[in-house]
Amino acid sequence: MSAVATRTHAATVTPPPVVLRTPRRSPWGWLRGVAITIVALIFSLPIVWMIAAALKTNVQVMDPSVGLFFSPTLENFRNILADGEIARSMGNSLIVGVVSTVLSAVIAVPAAWAVGRFSMQRTGSIVLVARIVPAVSLLVPWYYLFAQIGLVGTYTVLILSHMFVSVPLILWIMIGFFEGLPVELEEAARTDGLTAFGAFWRIALPLAAPGTATASVLAFIFSWNNFMFALILADEDTKTMPVTLFNFISYASTDWGGLMAAAALMTVPVVLAAVFGQKYLVAGLTAGATKG
Amino acid sequence: MPRTFEQANRRLKWTMLAPALGFVALMIVFPLVFTLNLSFTDAFGAVNADNNYIGIQNYIDALTDMRRFWPAAWRTIVFTVGAVTLEVVLGLALAMLMRKAFKGMRWVRTALMIPLLATPVAIGILWLLILDPTNGIANHLLGFVGIPPQEFLGSVSQSLPTLMLIDVWQWTPMMTLLLLAGLTTLPEEPEEAARVDGASSWQRFRHIIVPMLWTTLLTALVLRAVDALKTFDILYATKGPGGGSNFEVETLNVYAYGLTFDYQEYGLASAVLVLFTLFIIGVVVLLRLRPGRKSA
Repeated sequence: MSAVATRTHAATVTPPPVVLRTPRRSPWGWLRGVAITIVALIFSLPIVWMIAAALKTNVQVMDPSVGLFFSPTLENFRNILADGEIARSMGNSLIVGVVSTVLSAVIAVPAAWAVGRFSMQRTGSIVLVARIVPAVSLLVPWYYLFAQIGLVGTYTVLILSHMFVSVPLILWIMIGFFEGLPVELEEAARTDGLTAFGAFWRIALPLAAPGTATASVLAFIFSWNNFMFALILADEDTKTMPVTLFNFISYASTDWGGLMAAAALMTVPVVLAAVFGQKYLVAGLTAGATKG
Repeated sequence: MPRTFEQANRRLKWTMLAPALGFVALMIVFPLVFTLNLSFTDAFGAVNADNNYIGIQNYIDALTDMRRFWPAAWRTIVFTVGAVTLEVVLGLALAMLMRKAFKGMRWVRTALMIPLLATPVAIGILWLLILDPTNGIANHLLGFVGIPPQEFLGSVSQSLPTLMLIDVWQWTPMMTLLLLAGLTTLPEEPEEAARVDGASSWQRFRHIIVPMLWTTLLTALVLRAVDALKTFDILYATKGPGGGSNFEVETLNVYAYGLTFDYQEYGLASAVLVLFTLFIIGVVVLLRLRPGRKSA
């Protein structure tokens, strides 16, 4: 350790030879490229397979030798959208996802600002508690409680349950984001006569727009993907897409194409978000992890 | 931060915090008290039906149940330790592989994000198709290299390992992205100095990078372990209630879910959930308390 420290010091006195900084061309560079390509394929090919299967006829889906070369058909999508159940579930997922995300952002972003600005990290640890408790242990009490006021099966109860995931998530991401904003801007605004709330509203909040957008997209995706809450708390009319998809599994043996089309309808929006928001979503997903 | 700024905002900070904090607390405190209370009763059939306090009988029943409880607890541990270990090792390897910028980094990171952002139920269905014993592409491909067809999720003994590998496919990317983020925050000087000293790449990795990355590694491990212990969607989507006909993938979470919603055994289910929650807390505390390595 001390040897390393001394060396670092020495290195600042005598700059290291330039040759160390030039990238060396070696067979390893080529091998690394191959390895990275294989890794990328392992993680993306199954999804490609899903979309391909959705575009196949049911005979082709059952024949693995068809592979990725076939003439695509939208027949599966036409079939599953015809009966209305899928379309209604997608609509429900969209409603629950958008409303729960917006409401969560409205209460979690100001809270994150307070935690980040006033070093109330201890208070922020409620995020961890919400993450540890198994959701099954919440469902019975929620069901009981919401049944008392006649809310089971409504959008309200689904939105509230999804907010229970989104609020801690947005809080977690935004605390880190606000901590990264220089406090001097807000102090200067205060000196110029803004109230503390004004400093948040007119200075910090606009600056935090990219972070809020990232956190909201992630919160929406997690709501979109949520299975267990709707499985218990929704009814026939309000059930979300993952539940409908789950109920479809029993048809698996007869209609793989339709099942894959339904799965693809769920997955494609998320893939598009990943493609276009890659940089921001990675930042959001890894927020808070590097500070320990 | 200047004190004046801090003082002026004392009231504001609580106003800003209250809605979010209050919401989460409301949604969590009542259920916890409710569940804890139910765990000491013989509640069955309906939570609001008459029930009697039976002390710690549910806990005794659960902890002496060799047929469902302990096998489920064991599967939870096997699943979590197996999957998370592979995810940490592969995730770290991938992060090191992708550490220096390269052409197409953007696309590889996009590919990595898809498994962890895609809907778990959809992922489960997808793997049911890929791993279908007779018509799946997996056995087709294995045939090319001379491996006989496998049963995968259709067999009692292969189901849990198969689902662990699916979990590895889903969550290794998360590990990689977290560790990549950690790697970019590391200073370059110590490694550069070790290189000048003649340390091999393995030595630099083992004695410089791993110690410096330790905090990130531990945080990623805790987060992943908590989620892995609670894995539900993909197990339930691929194997159905009870984790299959022989309970072959029934973890504590799946068991508690079945007790609650398939059998309405609210008392026993609550006791199992309390034990499960304590177990998760125990794991978190254990991982957090582990003496953090001195950073280099």
